[in-house]
Amino acid sequence: MTDQVPISWYLILSAALFVLGVLGFLIKRNLITVFMSIELMLNGVNLSFVAFAHQWHAVKGQIFVFFVMMVAAAEAAVGLAIIIAIFRARATLAVDRIDLMKL
Amino acid sequence: MNAPLHLWLIPLLPFAGFLINGLFGRRLPKALVTATALLAPLGAFAVVLRYTLFNWHSIWPCDTCRIYASYPWQVLPYSETFGSWLSVGTLHVDFTFVLDQLSLVMLLVVTGVGFLIHVYSVGYMADDKGYARYFSYLNLFLFFMTVLVLAGNALVMFVGWEGVGLASYLLIGFWFTKDSAANAGKKAFIVNRIGDFGFLIAMFMLLANFGTLTFSEIAAKLTANPAWTGAVLTCIALCLMLGAAGKSAQLPLYVWLPDAMEGPTPVSALIHAATMVTAGVYLVARLHFLFDRAPIALAVVAIVGAVTALFAATIALVQTDIKRVLAYSTISQLGYMFLGCGVAAYSAAIFHLMTHAFFKALLFLAAGSVIHGLGGEQDLRKMGGLRKKLPVTFWTMTMGVVAIAGIPPWAGFFSKDAILFAAFQQGTLGKALYFVGLVTAALTAFYMFRLWYLTFTGESRSADAHPHESPWSMLGPLVILAALSVCGGWIGISRFSAFLAPVTGAPVADAGSPITEWTLMGIAVLVAIEGWLIADKYYRRKPARPAQLAAAMPGPYNLLVHKYYVDEIYSALIVKPLLAISTYVLGWVVDRAILGGLAWLLGGVATFSGALLQRWQSGNLRSYAAWLAAGAAALLLFLFAPAIFGNYGISIAWKGW
Repeated sequence: MTDQVPISWYLILSAALFVLGVLGFLIKRNLITVFMSIELMLNGVNLSFVAFAHQWHAVKGQIFVFFVMMVAAAEAAVGLAIIIAIFRARATLAVDRIDLMKL
Repeated sequence: MNAPLHLWLIPLLPFAGFLINGLFGRRLPKALVTATALLAPLGAFAVVLRYTLFNWHSIWPCDTCRIYASYPWQVLPYSETFGSWLSVGTLHVDFTFVLDQLSLVMLLVVTGVGFLIHVYSVGYMADDKGYARYFSYLNLFLFFMTVLVLAGNALVMFVGWEGVGLASYLLIGFWFTKDSAANAGKKAFIVNRIGDFGFLIAMFMLLANFGTLTFSEIAAKLTANPAWTGAVLTCIALCLMLGAAGKSAQLPLYVWLPDAMEGPTPVSALIHAATMVTAGVYLVARLHFLFDRAPIALAVVAIVGAVTALFAATIALVQTDIKRVLAYSTISQLGYMFLGCGVAAYSAAIFHLMTHAFFKALLFLAAGSVIHGLGGEQDLRKMGGLRKKLPVTFWTMTMGVVAIAGIPPWAGFFSKDAILFAAFQQGTLGKALYFVGLVTAALTAFYMFRLWYLTFTGESRSADAHPHESPWSMLGPLVILAALSVCGGWIGISRFSAFLAPVTGAPVADAGSPITEWTLMGIAVLVAIEGWLIADKYYRRKPARPAQLAAAMPGPYNLLVHKYYVDEIYSALIVKPLLAISTYVLGWVVDRAILGGLAWLLGGVATFSGALLQRWQSGNLRSYAAWLAAGAAALLLFLFAPAIFGNYGISIAWKGW
């Protein structure tokens, strides 16, 4: 089994991607970058799904990945539309300034 | 043979009138309001009259009098049950109405006199803004009063009992924008509450000792156990007496009745003279089997009655408000009824109740007619010389005055004589009470003729030079009641008590010799005429004498004018301390400090924590995300801590899983 990449490598990569996404989400000010960070988190999770599916020879994980991709696509469609609407309304995409709903 | 009588019709007709006039009265034309208000009691009276005719032969036993012989014959007592009310454990209370001789008499008085007073009110209240409201209350009163009278057990009776109190409160405070009327209503309600407390305690004790509230079952249990006497029965009877004293304005709870004169005069006639205030007498007569077993309680009833009769009569001597004189006279006459009950002459008490309903309703209505004619003047000192101006009122009121004074053959003589005679038969105490009653009879004749002279004879002292006679809607009832005040007593006590005997038991066996009877009768008449002659001397022949007498004896005179200072004493002993406790202990300590402090504390905690948590909702997206991440990290730490730090510490919480 030497020719196979061990699963832990995939998981470490997956966790690294997820943490990058979280950090980007927390740190970045631009709404589009924040949005991309969310996609990065989703894909990090996707990677672990696929890795486990391969490990256990179970197709369920891959099906989940398709679901996640589908949700991500829908989210991108809606999210980008919202971002455009926000930009038109407020001429900025800095998340710090979009705080109309606080008390 | 016992076809249903549909007893429910009697209360429900006035109730329907109450609903119609109470809900839609303001939008209906006045003629329709009047029609509803009059038809409801008239219908009830017609139903009662029908039952009376069914039972005519037992009132007037002769074969030819069986005019309704072809009708289904009703055997009294007749009871109707409309379903179960309470059924808890061994306690069963049904909605039961019972018609017997006693309730039949009461129903005749209540619906008959009630109807006449409704007719009178049409004239008296014609210009009042609350016309429909007035009649809806009046109908409501008749509903509760008939429930009270028909009740087959103490709880149904209590519903009527409280209900008439409510109607009385509403009608006393009918002109609620007037401060004194609103206060009088409250006073009546609160004083009655003390009496109701006694009634309630009596009901609890009845339940505890008899296990039932149904009158007939209590009577049956008492009959089955002839040895049952003693403290418990005395206690129950005394509690019932407290309730009766509250409702019937006896010492020491009479204080609300004079103030109740703030209500419209027909209300005073109906509720505070003829019907509601007699509920206490009715209660004692209804539960006489209990009182018969409790001689101490019976003696208390007699003494309270006699003392109240004398006490109220002395106050009535010097009152100057025409309605207040009548109010104190009502209290005094109610005292007579209690005296009758107390010497176990229940039929005599009910007889006096009936004749009193006639002549006192008449007196109040006639007084109302005088007040109406003078444009609202109630002060006797500003009346006088009205005989020619108000001829019908004058003649009808004369009938009432003579009837209450106890001069034969007017109605009051027969019933009062029956009570006095019964009292005389009852040993030493009875003889003492007989003399109290005799003195009261003289006082009664005096103050009633005083009222009569001051109102109708002499020169006019009125500022209003043109008093007018009342419309015939008011005079009609006066004439009918005057006729009843004359003839009401002719039925005779022996026939009356024979009729009531199935309910109140046979009249006192030792009827005394005819010589005693005639002697007592003669004394009573002489005393009444003496009272009249003194009044005649003081108020017609020598009108300066009363003022001289008052100046000669300022002490007793002031005592009477201020009604023995009873209101002041109650105020100082009960009302003021209660108010002080309410204001300082309950108001300041309990309400403001404890309850208010708690509310303030709770509100403060909520406001403070809200202000703190508000900072959290910054509206900054990244701070929310940071909290989310922190939460996720905490969860992860929680889950993996055992794997990392060993199976101790926080993992203990998970062992249960």
